[in-house]
Amino acid sequence: MQITREIGWAIRSTLVLWVITALIYPLVMVGIGQVAFPYQANGSLLKNAQGQVVGSALIGQPFTSDRYFNSRPSAVSYSTADPAHDTAGVLQTGESGSSNLAPSNPALKQRIQASVKQLQQAGVQPTADLVYSSASGLDPHITPAAAQAQVARVAKARGLDPQAVAGLIDQNLDRRWLGLFGEPGVNVLKLNLALDALPHP
Amino acid sequence: MLQGWIQIAITITLFVAISPLFGGYMARVFQGQRTLLDPVLNPLEGVIFTLSGVRDRPEMNGWQYTRAVLYSNIAACILVGLILFNQALLPFNPTHLNSSAATWDTILHTLVSFVTNTDQQHYSGESTYTYFSQFAGLGLMFFISCATGIAVAIAFIRGLTGRPLGNFYVDLTQAITRILLPMSLVGGVVMLAAGMPETLAGPVVVPTLENPHISQAIALGPVAHFEIIKELGQNGGGFFGVNSAHPFENPNGFTNLLEIVSMVSISAGLIHTYGAMANNPKQAWYIFNMVLIIYIAFVVVAGINEYNGIPGINQLLGSSQPNLEGKEVRFGWAQSALFLTTTTGTMCGAANSAHDSVMPGSLFIALFNMFLQILWGGEGTGTAYLFAYVILAVFATGLMVGRTPEFLGRKIEQREVVLASLLLLLVHPIVILIPGAITLSFPEVAANVTVPGFYNGIFNPGFHGLSEVIYEYTSAAANNGSGLAGLGNSEPAPSALWWNLSCCVVLAIGRYVPIMALLLLADGMSRKQSVPMTSGTLRTDTKLFAGVAAGVILIVGALTFFPVLALGPVAEAFAVL
Repeated sequence: MQITREIGWAIRSTLVLWVITALIYPLVMVGIGQVAFPYQANGSLLKNAQGQVVGSALIGQPFTSDRYFNSRPSAVSYSTADPAHDTAGVLQTGESGSSNLAPSNPALKQRIQASVKQLQQAGVQPTADLVYSSASGLDPHITPAAAQAQVARVAKARGLDPQAVAGLIDQNLDRRWLGLFGEPGVNVLKLNLALDALPHP
Repeated sequence: MLQGWIQIAITITLFVAISPLFGGYMARVFQGQRTLLDPVLNPLEGVIFTLSGVRDRPEMNGWQYTRAVLYSNIAACILVGLILFNQALLPFNPTHLNSSAATWDTILHTLVSFVTNTDQQHYSGESTYTYFSQFAGLGLMFFISCATGIAVAIAFIRGLTGRPLGNFYVDLTQAITRILLPMSLVGGVVMLAAGMPETLAGPVVVPTLENPHISQAIALGPVAHFEIIKELGQNGGGFFGVNSAHPFENPNGFTNLLEIVSMVSISAGLIHTYGAMANNPKQAWYIFNMVLIIYIAFVVVAGINEYNGIPGINQLLGSSQPNLEGKEVRFGWAQSALFLTTTTGTMCGAANSAHDSVMPGSLFIALFNMFLQILWGGEGTGTAYLFAYVILAVFATGLMVGRTPEFLGRKIEQREVVLASLLLLLVHPIVILIPGAITLSFPEVAANVTVPGFYNGIFNPGFHGLSEVIYEYTSAAANNGSGLAGLGNSEPAPSALWWNLSCCVVLAIGRYVPIMALLLLADGMSRKQSVPMTSGTLRTDTKLFAGVAAGVILIVGALTFFPVLALGPVAEAFAVL
């Protein structure tokens, strides 16, 4: 008798709390998000002049060519895939991930050796963020130093004035919160969008 | 470097200042005193208690309270299990996951891991669970599991201070309605405003700027509400695979601050709740400061290690740079080291950096945190462990000075010492070291093996491989949930079945055996005759006693695990020099 009473409490309280915490609470929050903060709630999406979505202000994209400021190494290539050959289903769900290489793993040193060599050949002074891969594989930022180091290369590849290119860095810098918390980072996607928008000489 | 330490110092100052307010509020709630939200919550709770059948709030003894914890947690597992197993048939599945997205062993592990407030994840959220599974399934676990922890801590404090334990369902409900839910509602809106998504729409696929032939999938979901209770309840189970390193789960320095403060507030506050309920705030402050000092020392060690970086890589870079492998630019070394120390100390288990790639010195700190389980410890259980350590320290000092050990005017006798040492000194190492030893005797997986079976799944070679195995079981046993993610513990890795099943056992023992011991200990204490304090009583509200307790904690915690620390992170530290 006692045991049925005790199990009854468990079942009834679980169901009541489920309705409150797992149905009402999330759906109310989705409602608040969609009404009060539609930009953030839908992923801080960036649109071009034609109104097409070109990415998210919070999610990085892969940039490896000389014409763009390069982003950090990513273990998941920034959740990208060729739509024609997406056998892994990356574009179905999106993905995130890091290299998980330990500081003592020789594979880490080999990878960084190759990156350092590549950067030096392009005339870019290697910084930690440009050779170490990010935690999410989606890091939208590079450090201001890493952006400065790439100015000459980008300006040369595009035939632009280095001053004009360097001026964009500060405009696309996400600063510390209240000047205190976190680290400043240059938003690479926004910076490169601004770069494309620069008038060609 | 200085700027980094300033951020860390302000963050710590902030939660130290908040925690007495928090603790005082929780004490008022659980002593039935009037609080600000009464006009709204009294009628709501009336409805919940009636529907749950506990309107008359029947008192429970230690065994009844323990049974109630188990029954309610099992009921939650069954309900959420039904959701997870049938997720392909249920609504809110915009990523079109089919029934093979989550295998039976992954679901079983997820259930045990989430109901025990661990949230160890052997899966990636994006590709394994639907939105509905996450918000309506795992979302329930977020609330139930941490409210269970808070209820147990409150029952424990009631017992220590000579009161009856109370009713589990009343405590569980009030932890949700008066603490977790109001704070989640406010915090969730703040998280939303700060940039987190909150939508039921599926991923957005866009051509990339550099190469339009390649597309990027931007995974979305109802993240903001999930994130706040993930931190506040010290759950730590991320909506996305990379947890709080994902820009949507932690977009900037502000959200990072809020996440750190949320995950530590309740555990730090509960020490003051004890002070208020035992009517001895002075003792609570001594214990609080003792924990704070050890915690700060640990943050400093992790910070210095990450700041100095990897010597071999610094040679290649031509200068000393922080270790940024598996770290985000917006957090840098300082916020990553602070987050690492806080998440492993509080048993939250969220991560804003890849723990597998941190420096050996930081890995040492993370493991040590989870061996001790009290810096600030799991939601509720951490505070209870802390007082179990205090009871052991009373016993040890009592033996040294030849006095009868007493705590809060009640004698510490054989039963108390057996229960306290069982839960602190025996269960924890047994469920870490024995499964660890068994796993290490399995072969590593060759690259081309696809058959399931008993492999250890170690990813990084050398000493770090040992750390991966020990970390996984430590995280499970301490109900932390963070992991060294290189380890092959997710399907379809050939070692996943072993990890899923063995961790289930460790998770359950690591959670429920200590809870049972704590409740029985509290029950016994509450029935003891109070002896009047005399000049011969050993006082426990002094600096000296706090120092002795710190010594007991560090020696007891370190000695049992010293061999694995020496072979894992310590040896690795010498290897990377």
